[in-house]
This record gives sequence, structure tokens and C-alpha cells, in this order.
Amino acid sequence: MKKVIKPADPLIALQEYTAARIAIGRAGTSIPLKQSLEFKLAHAHARDAVYSALAVEALTVRLKQFELPVLHLHSMAGYREQYLQRPDLGRKLSQESVTELAHGATPADIAVIIADGLSAIAINTNVIELLELLIPMLRFAGFTLADIVLVEQGRVAIGDEIASALRARLSLVLIGERPGLSSADSVGAYLTYNPKPGLTDELRNCVSNIRPQGLTYKQASKKIFYLVQEAFRRKLSGVALKDNAGSLHE
Amino acid sequence: MYRHIIKSKVYKFADLKDLLAKASPCRSGDELAGVCAATYEERVAAQITLADVPLKTFLNEVVIPYENDEVTRLIIDTHNVNAFGQISHLTVGDFCDWLLSDHTTTETLQNIAAGITPEMAAAVSKLMRNQDLIAVAKKCEVVTRFRNTIGLRGHFSTRLQPNHPTDEPKGVAASIIDGLLYGSGDAVIGINPATDSPAAVANLLRLIDNLRQQFDIPTQSCVLSHITTTLQLINEGAPVDLCFQSIAGTGRTNASFGIDLALLDEAYDATLSLNRGTVGNNVMYFETGQGSSLSANASFGVDQQTCEARAYAVARRYNPLLVNTVVGFIGPEYLYDGKQIIRAALEDHFCGKLLGLPMGVDVCYTNHAEADQDDMDNLLTLLGVAGCNFVMGIPGSDDIMLNYQSTSFHDALYLRKVLGLRPAPEFELWLMKQGIIDDKGNLLSVNPAHGLLAGGIT
Repeated sequence: MKKVIKPADPLIALQEYTAARIAIGRAGTSIPLKQSLEFKLAHAHARDAVYSALAVEALTVRLKQFELPVLHLHSMAGYREQYLQRPDLGRKLSQESVTELAHGATPADIAVIIADGLSAIAINTNVIELLELLIPMLRFAGFTLADIVLVEQGRVAIGDEIASALRARLSLVLIGERPGLSSADSVGAYLTYNPKPGLTDELRNCVSNIRPQGLTYKQASKKIFYLVQEAFRRKLSGVALKDNAGSLHE
Repeated sequence: MYRHIIKSKVYKFADLKDLLAKASPCRSGDELAGVCAATYEERVAAQITLADVPLKTFLNEVVIPYENDEVTRLIIDTHNVNAFGQISHLTVGDFCDWLLSDHTTTETLQNIAAGITPEMAAAVSKLMRNQDLIAVAKKCEVVTRFRNTIGLRGHFSTRLQPNHPTDEPKGVAASIIDGLLYGSGDAVIGINPATDSPAAVANLLRLIDNLRQQFDIPTQSCVLSHITTTLQLINEGAPVDLCFQSIAGTGRTNASFGIDLALLDEAYDATLSLNRGTVGNNVMYFETGQGSSLSANASFGVDQQTCEARAYAVARRYNPLLVNTVVGFIGPEYLYDGKQIIRAALEDHFCGKLLGLPMGVDVCYTNHAEADQDDMDNLLTLLGVAGCNFVMGIPGSDDIMLNYQSTSFHDALYLRKVLGLRPAPEFELWLMKQGIIDDKGNLLSVNPAHGLLAGGIT
């Protein structure tokens, strides 16, 4: 078959200025199949991320390097469909997990809580590398760490209940973010000073889009470390802390 | 107390609020709130019961107490008794049949709009099938004007939404130019800013305004900042065409958005005083969406669709140019899948139109909802048939700032093509003059020397 050479789309030059899906051409007035399939693939990655599962065993093995006990917990959301429809259940620990945490914990500065959130893939692929940079920084600065927690079907606020039971002064929740079309594997880090059940989001600080193509492990660990130090220095977290975090965007 | 017996089983509904919630078609947000029917049978029992409730009851029994809520006060205090006269003898069920009757015309509906309360509209919508919602909405015609005419029968407009993750002006401009060359942007060129800083918002306003003036585009611009930011910018002399705000159906939800009716009054007056419209002076742009009140923990046990309809009472106080229900943005805990999103969009469009509002719909979904492009194609087509005033136009459906999927420039062209719909008349003429479409409305090949490509990005 003879190849038809189409004239270049004069809109292509606009693509230099934005990552938006501009200048994608048209078949009739519809989106050409090639572009349509690319979009579908991106959506498929996002959907697969939402339904991915935390690799609990593999993560546990790799977390051993930090020489801390690793706890496996579960929220009250029994399965993914329920998790998606009942955010309230994802914020509470299951009865079994509550019992497991009931044994007296030694007070610590920071509880690292790892949750699947809306993308377990994000955690499976990024969290160890991030912690390999972050945990040594925290320890070098003299912070003590509670048991590391892996929690399935968890939302951000579940960290309040967990960190409170672990008697930690600050909770650091590392959680899979809602996947976008261009990134299905972003980790979000949420810091909450003096965590206890019932807190709301304005009392947290968030470092978002942690992944190699987004905020790199190095940048993210520096940001988190800065916020942790500030939270302990000022004994608070959330909106009030963020306002003064001048170096946050550097 | 309302009750109904089915096969010796007695269904009791504590009050109108409970009855409305249990009669509402199934959706995850009402389950989350714990207000929905427990069984299929209970839902239908509630619908049968609701059908027998006289419309007059809605004027005496409110879902949120008058003393506690300024939206309830607005609804009751501005109810037009004369307009209500024609339907005052009907029950909700009669009202449903009356709306569908061939004797009920566009004009009839326009005449009674001010006599219908949001709760009446919500109630009747709960009894209607999707095709009823479409058939009645199609009879409504709500036309608004600023620099062009939106909502005329046979016409269908788009909000060009050229968002950019960091508000980079050239990036925004590139998406605007792409959209204009695909015939998008007659409802508004409207940017969701990444930051609400007044300086950044003013920059974006000037960017669109310069482009509009340079190419003499008969459309309006909007940067969707908080209303307090817009007010400040109006006072500083920034080129504000439309004043935007997200609104909801309870006073407490609006408070969580940092607004109340007094602030909306002030912003409306300030925007009107600019007098920037050429063919009309509808200056407000509102966005709404089911689930916002529950999300703000301010729904008072009222189901999410009734809360949404109450937001339209707020909207109609200000003669808006555009009202946009952002239906699938809120996520699966409120609208779980394509079926729920489609139903909610048709309800919102119907209720808004019935109450006299220029309704558009953000046909959209997030990646954690059970929905995809096929669901959005279905919804877009249904809305086109229902006479929806406008939808969004986003490059390739992918909003790279808000991270959700909405309708593309191409989607609007598809709808115009299959349903024979046309852009706003003034904008259509401009598209022809610019050589973007021919006189039959067909999209032409882009001239590489087109002024928008040569001089649009500066």
C-alpha cells in the first residue's frame, strides 16, 4: 500500500508550550484512533493502579534494613469497592488491628505509616527508595522512630489512630495518591503533629507527587525532613506551618 | 409522618426530608450519609408515597429549618405565589404527568419557573425516568447574554477550559488557540487557576482579554478564583467579565466555601457595575455538584440531589450567564459509576432548567470512579438531546491541572454534527469570518498562516 504523506498539523508548534493534549489532529471531527488509544492506555494504567494491592511480603523484607518492627494492619474497609464508596471505613482500623496495636508501645517521635491509598503501585515502587534517604536523615537528627506500619485499604486519617496508639508525637503517612492520566504512581506524604483520632486535613502538611518523574526521592526527603524539623520546633503542623515554610518551593 | 403499605408491610417515613431521601434513585453518597432506602421495595414505596404529596406541602414543610438556614429563607421568602397558581392544586405525581403533557409548552414552563421551589423540582425528578428528565428539560429554554447569546434552541456552546498546572501564560494561550481553532469557547473562556493569588489571577484575566480584543472574539472570559479575589480585582480595575463562585444548597456549606448571600449580593452588584457585556448583562458564573454539602458535613440529613437543587435557588437570585454542575468530579463515594453520574447529570440539568437556569454540565469523571469515555459519550449525547446549554472543552479530554477527564473540543464537534447543533450565533459568525468553519458549520483545515497561530502567543 502506498503511504500517504499528510501535511504537518500547523498546530503542532503550540505543543512546545504545554503538556495538554493539544494539536492531536482529527478524523472527521473526532479524535484520531492513535490518540484515542494512547488516552485509553493512560486510563488503563490509572485504573490498574486503583485496583493494585500492597506487596506486603516484599515490602516487609525490604523494610528489614531499617531494623524496626513492621506491623501489618487493615482498615475497616474490607475490599476495594467498599473502600472507594466508604471513605469513613478507610479512616478507621479494623477490630483485629485495634487489638494488635493495644499492647503498650514505647513513646517515639515519629511513626512512619505506609498505606495503599488509591495507588498501591505507587507505594510498591517508590516507598523503600524514599525511606532509604529519609530515615537516616531523621535518625541522624536524633528523632526516634516507632514501629513501621503497613496498612491496607487505608486513607490518610487512619494515621491519626495508628500513631496515637503507637504513642508517636508525629505521624508521617506515605500513601498512594489518586492516579492521574500522566502519573499512576505518585506517593503523597502527610505530616501530622500530635496525631489523634478526629483531626481534620487543615492540621496536616502534604508533600505531593513523589516519584522519579515528579518530585524526586532526594527532593521529597529534603522537604519532608524540613517540615518534620519545623513541626517539632513549632509544635504544630498544617496551614500555620506551611505559611512560614519559605524553602518549601525551592 | 408519611406511610405506605405494600403487601401488609408498612413503610413509614418520618418527614418530607426522609421521604425525599428514600425516594431518591440509588447513589453512593446517600448510602455514605445513611439516608437512602434500605431495599429496592422501600425506595419504590417512598416514590409511590411521594407521588401523593401535594406541592403545597413543600411550602409548609421545609427540609432544613427556616431559622437555621439562609438558603431555606431565600427559597421561602422569594417564592412567587402567582407563578405557583397554575400548579398549586397538583400533587408531585400530577406534576410529573403535567410536565410531560403536550399542553405544557416552553412558555408555560417559563411562566411557572418562579413558582417552583427546588424541593418540588427535586421531588418530581425522583419520580421521573431518564427519558422524562430529558423530554421535559428539552421543553425548557433558558437564554442568557453577555457578548453573545447562549441557550437558544438548536444551539450548543462550550466553555473553553485551558488549564495549566502552573498557570504558565504561554501554556494557557496555546490551549486557548487550539480550542478556538476547533470552534470552542462561546460560553466562556474560563481558567481554573492553580493559585488564588490576585496578581496571578489578574495576569490570566489580562491574557484572555488581550487575546479577545486582538481578535475581536464575541465571547467572555473568566478566571475561576474565589469571589473575594474577584471582588478585589474588580476594585483594582482588572478586566473582569464574569464573576465566578462555587455554591451549594445549604448556608453551612456556603460558609465552608467562605461565602454567604450578602457577599454574593456585593459581588453581583460590583460585577454588574462594570457594564462590560455588549448584548446582555448576565454576569455570574456558578458551579455546583451533588455531594458538596455532605462533603462539607453540612447536609442536615438531606439527600444530595435535594441539596443540589437548593443550590439553584441561590444561583437564580443572580441571573447567571452560566450554571455548571460539575457532576463527576467529586468522586465515587458520592457518585460511584457511570450509571450514577449519568442519572445525576440528567437530574441536575432538568432541575436547573425547570427552575429557570442556564444549565451546562461538566461531563466528567475521575480515575477512581467506575466510569470511562464510553459513559461520557453516552451522557454527552443524552445532554445534547435534552438541550443542555453548554459543556466543557478541554484539550483531548485531559485536564492536566485538575487531574480529571472531561469533554474534549472534538466531543463538542461530534455533538454538533450528529444533532445538527450550532454555536452561539455571534460566535458562529466570528468562526466563519476567521475561516475556522464554513457556512454550513463544517470545520475547515487550519490555515498555517492564521493570525491566531502567528500572533496569538506573545
